[in-house]
Amino acid sequence: MQQTRSVELGTGLFVLLGLAALFFLTTQTTGSDTFSGNDTFKVSARFDNVGSLKNRAPVAMSGVTIGRVTSVRFDPEQLNAEVVFEIDSKYAQIPDDSDASILTAGLLGSQYIGLQAGGSEFYLEEGSEIMFTQSAIVIENLISKYLFSQGGESDDKESE
Amino acid sequence: MFNDLYQTLKEFLRTFGAMQIFFMRLLSNSPSIFVKRFGLVVQQIYNAGALSLVIIMVCGLFVGGVLGLQGYSNLSKFNAEDSVGTFAAFSLIKELGPVITALLFAGRAGTALASEIGLMKATDQLSAMEMMAINPLRRVLVPRFLGGVIAMPLLVAVFTVIGLFGAHVVGVSLLGVDAGAFWQQMQSTLEFGDVMEGIVKSVVFGVVASLYAVWEGYNAVPTAEGVGRATTRTVVLTAIAVLILDFMITAVSI
Repeated sequence: MQQTRSVELGTGLFVLLGLAALFFLTTQTTGSDTFSGNDTFKVSARFDNVGSLKNRAPVAMSGVTIGRVTSVRFDPEQLNAEVVFEIDSKYAQIPDDSDASILTAGLLGSQYIGLQAGGSEFYLEEGSEIMFTQSAIVIENLISKYLFSQGGESDDKESE
Repeated sequence: MFNDLYQTLKEFLRTFGAMQIFFMRLLSNSPSIFVKRFGLVVQQIYNAGALSLVIIMVCGLFVGGVLGLQGYSNLSKFNAEDSVGTFAAFSLIKELGPVITALLFAGRAGTALASEIGLMKATDQLSAMEMMAINPLRRVLVPRFLGGVIAMPLLVAVFTVIGLFGAHVVGVSLLGVDAGAFWQQMQSTLEFGDVMEGIVKSVVFGVVASLYAVWEGYNAVPTAEGVGRATTRTVVLTAIAVLILDFMITAVSI
């Protein structure tokens, strides 16, 4: 009897330890969506070029994450990309003429949407669309612009 | 020669089919045993899980520590030693946790199961049970199988968490990586899907390791030599199956 009880005790401790470890893994090691359980509202924006923006990319205002991208799709009628993202309802007072731009975290980091507050008295709400957008900066385009302008200069010099 | 090949292939297919039937019989008997004879299952969770805890924890600590060292020495070449946490967490959660735990489990618990059942068979204990109208499959095999299946994911979780702790000790306490960066980079990079991949692997490996151990023990040649061979085959087959399945699950989930 004594032995059975110690076996049961050992098993109980083991299972508890294992479940605690599982809980730790699922909650503490992954990114914590602080607003995942909160109410959110969806806002859309259109960009000519979204770069490598992905689903679940953060939406930040003044550097603080206030939402996440929920879908990125190409609109074949307007020939641009429509990005839908959700914003925590805590931040319901964002002027509706705010502008959205696609930025890069660090030099090689992942891309996110940065919102810049406007001055309107009306606020963004479920289903509204952000009118002022700025596309992602594609490094290849920057480099090619730089190279071509260089090329132009040297051509000028040669012709002189 | 072709006849030999044909015979070998036929034998392989026969064994494979017999194993599937055996697996189905184990599964179909599992729910009723789990409910009615829970005490037997608890005893086996203790044998397979709680008694493997020491080896799992010690190995996890040192595997995590090595990841911290290796990650730091290589990442610091790119001034990216803050990513040690991400590096260790990715390797531990997705690969090393499930695989090394499964291999250790095969060595520690699988061999014990196979030799125990094999010896029961060699000493006619299983036949004696049948004489008393007790189904050895239900009384002996199913509880051991269930014990292994339940213990494995818990062992993997313990291994992974201890490994992260080991990486933290080496990376943060010994080598001076910032603790905030260590955890923050890990949390922003890892997604829930990555943890799920590890959990799926641990469940699959638990089923495979327990199935092979029980199967080899049950089909051991009832001699001292036969039990020894069954034990060896358990470790070899489990190791091969776990590594092949690991590749397949990773390939599917990417």
